[in-house]
Amino acid sequence: MDMNEIKEIFFQECEEQLAELESGLLKLNDGDRDPETVNAVFRAVHSIKGGAGAFGLDDLVSFAHVFETTLDCVRSNKLEPTQDVLKVMLKSADVLADLVTASRDGGGVDASRSRGLVKELEALAHGELPSSSGHDAPKPAAKAAPAAAPAAKAELLKPSDDSGFQPIPFSFDGFGEDDEPAVEGSLYEVTFKPRRELYSKGNEAALLLRDLSRLGEMSINCDTDALPTLDKMDPEASYFSWKISIRTTRSEDDIRAVFEFAEWDCDLEVKFAEEASSNEELPMVPVPFDLSILDDSSAGEDERTSERGASEETVAAALSAAETASNVSRAARVAEKKESAAASAAAQNNAAAAAAGAGQTIRVDLDRVDRLINLVGELVINQAMLSQSVVENDATGTSAVNMGLEELQQLTREIQDSVMAIRAQPVKPVFQRMSRIVREVADMVGKSIRLVTEGENTEVDKTVIDKIAEPLTHMIRNAVDHGIESPEKREAAGKDPEGTIKLTAKHRSGRILIELADDGAGINRERVRQKAIDNDIIAADANLSDDEIDNLIFMAGFSTADKISDISGRGVGMDVVKRSIQALGGRISISSRPGYGSTFTMSLPLTLAVLDGMVVTVAGQTLVVPLTAIVETLQPEASAIHSFGANQRLISIRNSFCPLVDVGRVLNYRATQANPVEGVALLVESEGGGQRALMVDAIQGQRQVVIKSLEANYTHVPGIAAATILGDGRVALILDVDAVVAASRGQSMKPEMSLAATG
Amino acid sequence: MSYAVKNLVPGSKELIAFRISDQEFCVNIMSVREIRGWTQATPLPHAPAYVMGLINLRGAVLPIVDLSARLGMKDAEPTARHVIIVAQMKTKVVGLLVEAVSDILTITDENIQPVPEVSSDLERQYARGILAIDKRMICMIELDALFPDTESEVA
Repeated sequence: MDMNEIKEIFFQECEEQLAELESGLLKLNDGDRDPETVNAVFRAVHSIKGGAGAFGLDDLVSFAHVFETTLDCVRSNKLEPTQDVLKVMLKSADVLADLVTASRDGGGVDASRSRGLVKELEALAHGELPSSSGHDAPKPAAKAAPAAAPAAKAELLKPSDDSGFQPIPFSFDGFGEDDEPAVEGSLYEVTFKPRRELYSKGNEAALLLRDLSRLGEMSINCDTDALPTLDKMDPEASYFSWKISIRTTRSEDDIRAVFEFAEWDCDLEVKFAEEASSNEELPMVPVPFDLSILDDSSAGEDERTSERGASEETVAAALSAAETASNVSRAARVAEKKESAAASAAAQNNAAAAAAGAGQTIRVDLDRVDRLINLVGELVINQAMLSQSVVENDATGTSAVNMGLEELQQLTREIQDSVMAIRAQPVKPVFQRMSRIVREVADMVGKSIRLVTEGENTEVDKTVIDKIAEPLTHMIRNAVDHGIESPEKREAAGKDPEGTIKLTAKHRSGRILIELADDGAGINRERVRQKAIDNDIIAADANLSDDEIDNLIFMAGFSTADKISDISGRGVGMDVVKRSIQALGGRISISSRPGYGSTFTMSLPLTLAVLDGMVVTVAGQTLVVPLTAIVETLQPEASAIHSFGANQRLISIRNSFCPLVDVGRVLNYRATQANPVEGVALLVESEGGGQRALMVDAIQGQRQVVIKSLEANYTHVPGIAAATILGDGRVALILDVDAVVAASRGQSMKPEMSLAATG
Repeated sequence: MSYAVKNLVPGSKELIAFRISDQEFCVNIMSVREIRGWTQATPLPHAPAYVMGLINLRGAVLPIVDLSARLGMKDAEPTARHVIIVAQMKTKVVGLLVEAVSDILTITDENIQPVPEVSSDLERQYARGILAIDKRMICMIELDALFPDTESEVA
């Protein structure tokens, strides 16, 4: 594993930590005061800082450090996590995310923004903590480096060396001689009981004790009571705890900082004990703690050190036993030592996983999953080919073969479902990203808005998740910018000045439904109508229902924003949103109540890899029409077909007239329109609720097909969504129903412009 | 296959020669992924005339280009004896329909003669050199020049 791979792991973990951080902060924002939430938030920042330190990402380390310091004040109840405080913290989380991205991809972060936040964070930490301002001043270099400690021993030594601190041999005569006369060496009692995890993560109790010894004069007492007999001893367990008395000029925080990396894996107690004389039960023996103890695992030296280091024989024996115990586990970790950085990354990962209490997961390269999905796709096709050839070659069909085939079919389907489930992911990350957008945009336009999310654990295929982020971002911006009114207007209307945007995800009949609801003013139908008339989208005397007016906002070139702001009006309207949703095989609709807000509903397929399709024949070609688009199929009768003008034909269905679209003609398969009576009409739902009857020659049946991209080796074909491979091994095209319907309306079948290009 | 040499001399390259009508062409073997028989292709709507359609290449959807039509000659009438040269062009894989593969050539740059000055833009666009081998004339073509940007060219 080389450095870049390790770094990659770190950045992946950063993503998780950032998500954890944000969700924790949001929970706090919602009034959650569980100390575990605060801890989780703190841990997230801390882990990022630690990893960043190991990779020498100084910007990230110093910002994370300040952030962490402030969070620590919250953790120790010195700072009340009020809304104002959390606002700063959420912004800091955003900047931290930016810094992580910048560290990964290169490029910079708006320095003024992070600097401003650093000031705010420091002010928070200090404002509430006047007494501790002396030692609480940020010391990024000194504090960040221990974070990297488990990574390399050499680095471990640096921080204390760099800080210029010299241990002062304790002596009563020494009082008053120091540079800092106000601070005298105070006595602390430290109880340190490592848990098994401490060792399994590559930490050493002895290392920590050595670090502690640098802070001042100390005496160590090892508690060996828990030590079992040799035959019952588990070499990986932790049996010892230590009682340390240390006299130091440093603060309690500094003592705790020594255990910074181990604090989740041990029971630590640091107590301030006033006077040396009052501690008679713990005789103060100045111990020159030999640093060589840790340089290598030479047992002889260890023993020598421990003998020298303890005042009682039993303690000496216990310590040497401790060394032996840790030597055992040390031996087991020889391989790991070579990749100590990797080990530390793994340790952090463990900590994160343990903290989240998540189920067992593995991290898999997406390419591998894609390959598996492709292979299963092949399997499905092959299975269909096999079934077809068995039916063709053996019309009678022996029951054994048929049964086998049936079982194979069932198995294939199950394998397919399971493989698809691998790619399924909760929509949570996307939803979380939206909360940042709400914050930023609301800040920009001076509104106060809260985002409520529901069903964020609803799972969808990863590709779908990746692709909904952009249209969703745009819609959220819209909702914040002109969906929700200004606080003054809201108050005047008798509403809560703080607006609410609700983002919901749920499963509904094999699709995912994503709803975005705001409690704003709703659509101003008069203005929309006027705008549509001004832009020549509708005629001035057009008679439209409320729903139709609402749906006008999806028309190309439509924007209700009067002035072009930073947030919207960049030439990207809801039409592009709609098209990108449609490109995903989804649909979007809007419902609005004036004065009460608007709700956008997106219905999306769960996966982009397979599709339930109607296999049809058009002009000798086999085509697949997505089943979700089809409302019903019917055999037109001659009496139901009506000519309309020069080329148009309408079909009457239950007393309403629906335009007929000859698919063969639209796709240029034939020069003239086919006779509808000889074909089958597929009634499809089109944009804005209108219906079209697509004429095809015959229906072959329904089938689940594996979607194959046309763009991979070719290019986008107007009217065609993708390709698939049928049971006979031939390629069939999947119809892009909306494009065909649009073409029948006279719109050109040009490839759609992508949201990314214009957003 | 008299020119196929196992150990390549430094500076030499291997080419695959094929026939279209009565002419011989060759392409660099490095861009050829495989050679396979002709199967019926699924036609694509709104495609240029030289795009014959799509075939299934072990699960991947492969567009087939009639190289004869693309080079400005008459449209091919594919038979079972026609072959498809599966060629990699940048990120895309395209099948080229040719009449038959004739040879694998190992040549050095000295074997390549410059393209004579001809009036047609199309020939100038794809021809990278002329090889004279055993009284045969083989035109070396550059696929990337023929489909400079598959995206805009085909669409």
